[in-house]
Amino acid sequence: MRPTAVKHKGIGLGVAAWLLGLLFFLPIAWMVLTSLHSEPDAATNPPSWAASLTLDGYREFFGVGGGASPWPALINSTVASLASTLLVLLLAFPAAYALSIRPVKKWTDVLFFFLSTKMLPVVAGLLPLYLFAKNTGLLDNIWLLVVLYTSMNLPIAVWMMQSFLAEVPVAVIEAAHLDGARLPTVLARVVAPIAAPGIAATALICFIFSWNELLFARVLTGVVAETAPVFLTGFITSQGLFLAKVCAASLVISLPVLAAGFAAQDKLVQGLSLGAVK
Amino acid sequence: MTATTTAPRAATPVRIQGTPNARLRAWATRAPLLPALIFMIAVTQLPFVATLVISFFDWNSLYPDARAFAGFANYSEVLTDPDLRRSVWTTILLTVAVVLASLVLGLGLALLLDRRFRGRGIVRTLLIAPFLVVPVAAALLWKHVLYNPEYGLFNGLLHYVGGPQPDWISDTPLLAVEASLVWQWTPFMMLILLAGLQSRDQQQIEAARVDGASDWQIFRHLTLPHLRRYLELGALLGSIYIVQNFDAVFTITSGGLGTANLPYTVYQTFYQAHENGLASAAGVLVVIGSIIIATFALRVVSSLFREEVGRS
Repeated sequence: MRPTAVKHKGIGLGVAAWLLGLLFFLPIAWMVLTSLHSEPDAATNPPSWAASLTLDGYREFFGVGGGASPWPALINSTVASLASTLLVLLLAFPAAYALSIRPVKKWTDVLFFFLSTKMLPVVAGLLPLYLFAKNTGLLDNIWLLVVLYTSMNLPIAVWMMQSFLAEVPVAVIEAAHLDGARLPTVLARVVAPIAAPGIAATALICFIFSWNELLFARVLTGVVAETAPVFLTGFITSQGLFLAKVCAASLVISLPVLAAGFAAQDKLVQGLSLGAVK
Repeated sequence: MTATTTAPRAATPVRIQGTPNARLRAWATRAPLLPALIFMIAVTQLPFVATLVISFFDWNSLYPDARAFAGFANYSEVLTDPDLRRSVWTTILLTVAVVLASLVLGLGLALLLDRRFRGRGIVRTLLIAPFLVVPVAAALLWKHVLYNPEYGLFNGLLHYVGGPQPDWISDTPLLAVEASLVWQWTPFMMLILLAGLQSRDQQQIEAARVDGASDWQIFRHLTLPHLRRYLELGALLGSIYIVQNFDAVFTITSGGLGTANLPYTVYQTFYQAHENGLASAAGVLVVIGSIIIATFALRVVSSLFREEVGRS
């Protein structure tokens, strides 16, 4: 009798997990359905489950029926996120190497300094950055965002990579040095290939955080350098007339992050926990 | 750590040449660290110093000629301003509520997902999704598609059971913001805790079970102590991001109805009220608060990473 009881409990908990999973996913499923409805069908109470489907919401979002095109904002976000991710990797990789494989003295202090900058609230430096940008003509310039996103993600990247690089066997590196390889060669040819999955996780997380960022972009960009999240803020006060368009916009702009996140679920866990979770 | 760095130096036969050589080597060791360090100091510390300086000036950017040294006047204004004091309280309430709720929910979900059942991979993917929606998009989803009193999904579902039709955002504004953030952050907590659960020592659990320990005893005395560092890590990372939350407050309520937290208030003070000095003073106070929290939090982290420190 006991094994059956255990089995029943197991099935019950499995069903509970499924129900909770569907409950958490429901808002997103509803967003997808709403994005595929016509505007009148999207804004009904009770909800219209079976209304006919249309791509009008997406056409509207891409500015087919007039209105601002989202392409400049999407391109800006892509440039800012990719460029800052690349810059983060270029700066964080050597730093993480110095902190993990050939530790400098007081290396934990240095690590803590990096993480402490993450605790310095963004708002604490926003005004001087705004004034600086205004006086140097860098306001509404995507490259200023690249620099700021780099500073936003660099501490996390150094922390993550430090723990990933710590897993590279020291003997392999020393052998390469003994063969006469110089540091840049060792980094590129020996360390990077071994730590590649960790570096990929770091890059993924930097990309997601840059893509999602709103406050810097909101304050420091305008017309030319507007990013995708800033473009979305245009919908904050929009009323029911644009519900399908709002949902289509939110889904399209979330798509790169959703795709990257689903493709690398395990890496995401390892990365987000700064490599402390193995 | 000391063994690897001092051993080759001790082996060098000529001591006189050893000193500049060692200095050179020390610099070679540090060099890869410098670009990142210099970059971080320039981009994060210099603006903060500027904020500190501006905080001592009476400076409204609409009246640039009236700029004058004000001493601590901005600080006393910030500390006596009821709106600002309220936003401090709001920030604390928002952060604590969201972090705790998403940790507890995340723990429950992680425990469920730790068991084998049909379609576990699919359920995990469904649960991760909320964390992967762009925060502004998630906030828009909650504001317009779920909370809207006339055509939102919540009232639509309530309609079927003949329930009330509340105006969620006006009736419970802070709770509305918190609920959307809990939805976004629970998956994150679940992921970290699930990784923690799967790194448990299975043999130890089997042994306890053979000895007749109940599920609750195993959870209380084996699982929970093991999860402690994962819970701490989740709480720390969650706090860092939720203390600074801007997107949800800005999108769902625009800081109205008592939901303005510190980041939103500072943003508003300089972006809309153009009070540069006042905003800077508020910013500096946010930093002081953060330093107090960070000092405490870093102690937690240093215990988290103690094992790794021991490694090298």
